[in-house]
Amino acid sequence: MTVFIIRRILQSLAVVMVMSFIVFGGVNIVGDPVEMMVSDEATQEEREKVIRSMGLDKPWYVQYGRFVAGALEGNLGKSFVYGEPALEIIVHRIPATFELALAALLLAIVIGIPLGVYAGLKPDTVASKSIMAGSILGFSLPTFWVGLMFIMVFAVILGWLPSTGRGDTVPLLGIDVSFLTLDGLAHLFLPALNLALFKISLVIRLARAGTREVVHQDYIKFARAKGLRNSRIVLVHLMKNIMIPVVTVLGLEFGGLIAFSVVTETVFAWPGMGKLIIDSIQSLDRPVIVAYLMIIVLIFVIINLVVDVLYSILDPRVRLSEMKS
Amino acid sequence: MSDAAAPPAPADAGKVETPFRRFCRDYADSRIATAALAVLVAIILLALFAPWVAPTDPYDLASVSILDGKLKPGSQSMDGLTYWLGTDGAGRDLVSAIIYGLRISLGVGVMSGVFALCIGTAVGLAAAYFGGRVDAFIMRVVDIQLSFPAILIALILLAILGKGVDKITIALVIAQWAYYARTVRGSALVERNKEYIEAAQCLALGHNRIVFRHLFPNCLPPLIVVGTIQTAHAISLEATLSFLGVGLPISEPSLGLLISNGFDFMLSGLYWISFFPGVALLVTIVAINLVGDQLRDVLNPRLQK
Repeated sequence: MTVFIIRRILQSLAVVMVMSFIVFGGVNIVGDPVEMMVSDEATQEEREKVIRSMGLDKPWYVQYGRFVAGALEGNLGKSFVYGEPALEIIVHRIPATFELALAALLLAIVIGIPLGVYAGLKPDTVASKSIMAGSILGFSLPTFWVGLMFIMVFAVILGWLPSTGRGDTVPLLGIDVSFLTLDGLAHLFLPALNLALFKISLVIRLARAGTREVVHQDYIKFARAKGLRNSRIVLVHLMKNIMIPVVTVLGLEFGGLIAFSVVTETVFAWPGMGKLIIDSIQSLDRPVIVAYLMIIVLIFVIINLVVDVLYSILDPRVRLSEMKS
Repeated sequence: MSDAAAPPAPADAGKVETPFRRFCRDYADSRIATAALAVLVAIILLALFAPWVAPTDPYDLASVSILDGKLKPGSQSMDGLTYWLGTDGAGRDLVSAIIYGLRISLGVGVMSGVFALCIGTAVGLAAAYFGGRVDAFIMRVVDIQLSFPAILIALILLAILGKGVDKITIALVIAQWAYYARTVRGSALVERNKEYIEAAQCLALGHNRIVFRHLFPNCLPPLIVVGTIQTAHAISLEATLSFLGVGLPISEPSLGLLISNGFDFMLSGLYWISFFPGVALLVTIVAINLVGDQLRDVLNPRLQK
């Protein structure tokens, strides 16, 4: 067990190292940072001064070493656009993205499970068939286009909900959140639903498959024979048993929600870190791009590490098969 | 469903059923899949022959007039042409713009799909054929890559590389090769232990010959299925990245860019500039996915009657 965890941590470190190398190399080989820092009218002396002050006259491995040393101290340079430390800007935006992702996760459960259970209990009704057809559509629809259509229908034509921004926020434990104000909730609903669409389809399928398997089990038959109310059988006996795969998959998919929030945040102008990276790419704000890429890699590596370790605890076969190879 | 194929033509009775014929018959079992295939072929033809099919050339500055801008679907241009789907902000006919956009979207999707398939297949075959440490190393890399969503990998690469057809193709190939590698390795591992490979090895044939002439053709069916579905995914991914402004440059107006272009007009109620290119994208993706689903059923030997 310990060996397995140590190996996984080493592997995660290796991934972070490789990614830092790719990001650092990409930024320094593909783009010339000096071009962006120095105006065209600068003299040769001024240029060289900037090059020296940025450490660009040193060999690449020294530069890389400095980059890593800085990153370990939490120093990833200052944003060209905002003039503040890049890391601080991104960390400041993280709560908005996490709030959106968690709201989407909640919607996926609240909408997906009842629909999936219904489709599993009565597979032959028209409603069930439309639910399943809808879930296929949910997999195929491009997220960004659905977002646009949401804005068009609910914000422009019907005028029910606001189309952009985060609305009023209130501080909760020092972090600004939207979901505690009515205005914030109204702003949160459409982006969260948009982001959740794909996961809703996924949950519907999982819940339906689970339900169809579970309804034929002996304990459900026994509960029926005991004369329990139908609602109790479904809500207690059935629900408990289909939740395990649903919760596992949703946990795994949380990283995907954060990645896809880039799209939703851009469509709905939600001020999270996904919108920040797109804005930064447009304005060539390299320190922020580098910092974002490093942070997102770190988030993913941590999520994957936690999932791997949890899995090996839950299912010993995973680590045994790996130790053999 | 079956009554479509039910009356067997008497002329066919004497002929031996070739595998291809059986494949076609099995495929036609599903009417939805057949319709999807017809739609897909129509879309591909439209894209291939765009300059001859499209009513106007949307990027010919001489024929596009800004006075025709933002016209509603179905309205007439000044020289009597009907804009069935309306025009965009610059007065381009949307029907033509969508047909030209399909060309770029399909082109990028198919090109990146083919490259990813070649690289993924070579790597996957190598892993399965040589086994041992090569296999363990390759599969570890594949696993690590698949733990990141494709859109994130493409975004990281495009943030570094910048915009362009070549760059988005590279990004899509890198984001997708691992799916092919895993698929090919899976089926190659099964095939590898069969007698015909052993026989070929006993004949002392070269590695290349065994892998490409014997092993590879038998791994094709699952690869075709993954190839169709991943191509749909690549098209959707390209549209998303172009919409975000990190994919294609404005000089290559794919469907994603058309949609992004209409985004600016949507808040003032001009829905069609974004809506119709999106419908075209959706129809394309759904058609490819339906064809892929049916291929999976037809090519799966376990489901064969």
